[in-house]
Amino acid sequence: MREKKAKKIVFNSAEEMPLMIASVGSQTHNLTGAWRNIRPEIDRTKCLKCGICWKFCPEPSIDIVDEWPVVDYDYCKGCGICAEECPAKCIVMVEERK
Amino acid sequence: MKKVMMGNHALSYGAMLSRSQVIAAYPITPQTQVVELLSEMCADGTLDAKFIKVESEHSAMASCIGASVAGARAFTATSSQGLALMHEMLHWAAGGRHPIVMGNINRSMAPGWSIWADQNDSLSERDTGWMQYYCSSNQEVLDTVIQAFKVSEALMIPAMILLDAFALSHTYEVVDVPDQAEVDKYLPPFKPEIRLTPSDPRAFGGLTGSEHYFELRYKLQKDMEKAPALIEETGREFEKMFGRNLGLVDAYRCDDADFVFVTSGTAGFTARVAVDEFRKSGVKAGNLRIKVFRPFPFAKVREVLKKVKKAAVVDRNCSYGAHGIFYQEVKSALYGKAGMPPVFGYITGLGGRDITVDSFKEVAAHALAKDEADEEIVWIGVRK
Repeated sequence: MREKKAKKIVFNSAEEMPLMIASVGSQTHNLTGAWRNIRPEIDRTKCLKCGICWKFCPEPSIDIVDEWPVVDYDYCKGCGICAEECPAKCIVMVEERK
Repeated sequence: MKKVMMGNHALSYGAMLSRSQVIAAYPITPQTQVVELLSEMCADGTLDAKFIKVESEHSAMASCIGASVAGARAFTATSSQGLALMHEMLHWAAGGRHPIVMGNINRSMAPGWSIWADQNDSLSERDTGWMQYYCSSNQEVLDTVIQAFKVSEALMIPAMILLDAFALSHTYEVVDVPDQAEVDKYLPPFKPEIRLTPSDPRAFGGLTGSEHYFELRYKLQKDMEKAPALIEETGREFEKMFGRNLGLVDAYRCDDADFVFVTSGTAGFTARVAVDEFRKSGVKAGNLRIKVFRPFPFAKVREVLKKVKKAAVVDRNCSYGAHGIFYQEVKSALYGKAGMPPVFGYITGLGGRDITVDSFKEVAAHALAKDEADEEIVWIGVRK
């Protein structure tokens, strides 16, 4: 289960702060997929299971599950690189609707 | 062991002896032989490091940051436009407190295209939070790389080592290469408190609100303020082990001097020839070479200059619309303190024009003839 809210740490002085910002697990609750306005959809009837979409995804939000590429919509921002690179043209970018 | 080597290779040897673990570099001009030799060392096993060939200097610094976050000692080298392309990542390295050490060959910024010496490339990066060491011999270059890693890793602040193009970078000198075992005693492995590791995943450098950012930058400045003492302390320790002192400044015949040339980089050694000639003719001249520019050695500069009657700062750079950059810093070090000499400012040697003994004679002729330093910029060697 993912936590809904970040636990916010507030330091009261410079002395008690670390030198650098290093958050712990903030991405488990900060679901950046909400930024997306077009979503990739994979047509398994055409998919070659080549893994090129998995390799090119800059996030990386495509997992390989039982040999098939599966988009992780919690983090996919809809950039469309997977659709562009897919040699079988089996990935279509579909408009998100509320 | 003594070797004859160019300044670029002195940087390579310094990085090798420091046991750099990741070297990321873009190999095309304005890059120099620094990373060429390091790539050979990585290929033949002399250096146990990962060499990452990247597609730009921006990526070179980004790779070094990634390596440093993961706890590796990272090194790179660049020059002029390459350093400018790194600009965003320089802020990231300093703000994220990643103690990367980089060699930068001081080359003039284009246009017009130039591969020749001046300092505007690195001085344009003075406010990024990097330490800057301006070297004047190949021996000093090699030694300073090792010292810089020690200081940087203690304070978690990155550092750049600066070499004048050609005058140092491609000039061959005899360099005493220290034994690896001795360097290992001086510079222990890099062990950061927090690092990126799959067993303890973290996100570095994330969104920082106004309730924390200010304090982080305060800490960077406070740690930067610790650097002068640490540079002197590690310099003395270096001297004890290797016989060569590495300080903040290098004062030559300044103790009884009436008139001092303030220089940086290779111009200092030329200034010394001029100083010796002036001494023979009865003028008590001296040379203060400022080696460390960030953090600026305010106290050290005051200590040397308070005893002299006139100081002439010779800049191989220009802050357009203001003045020579070292000139401004020296003035700010002395301003408001009692008993300080007038400071004259000179700009020379831009775009690799030679700075010769005659250049210093011209500087002296101007400064010695005047009682007060006004704000005019005096250009030496320009064809008006």
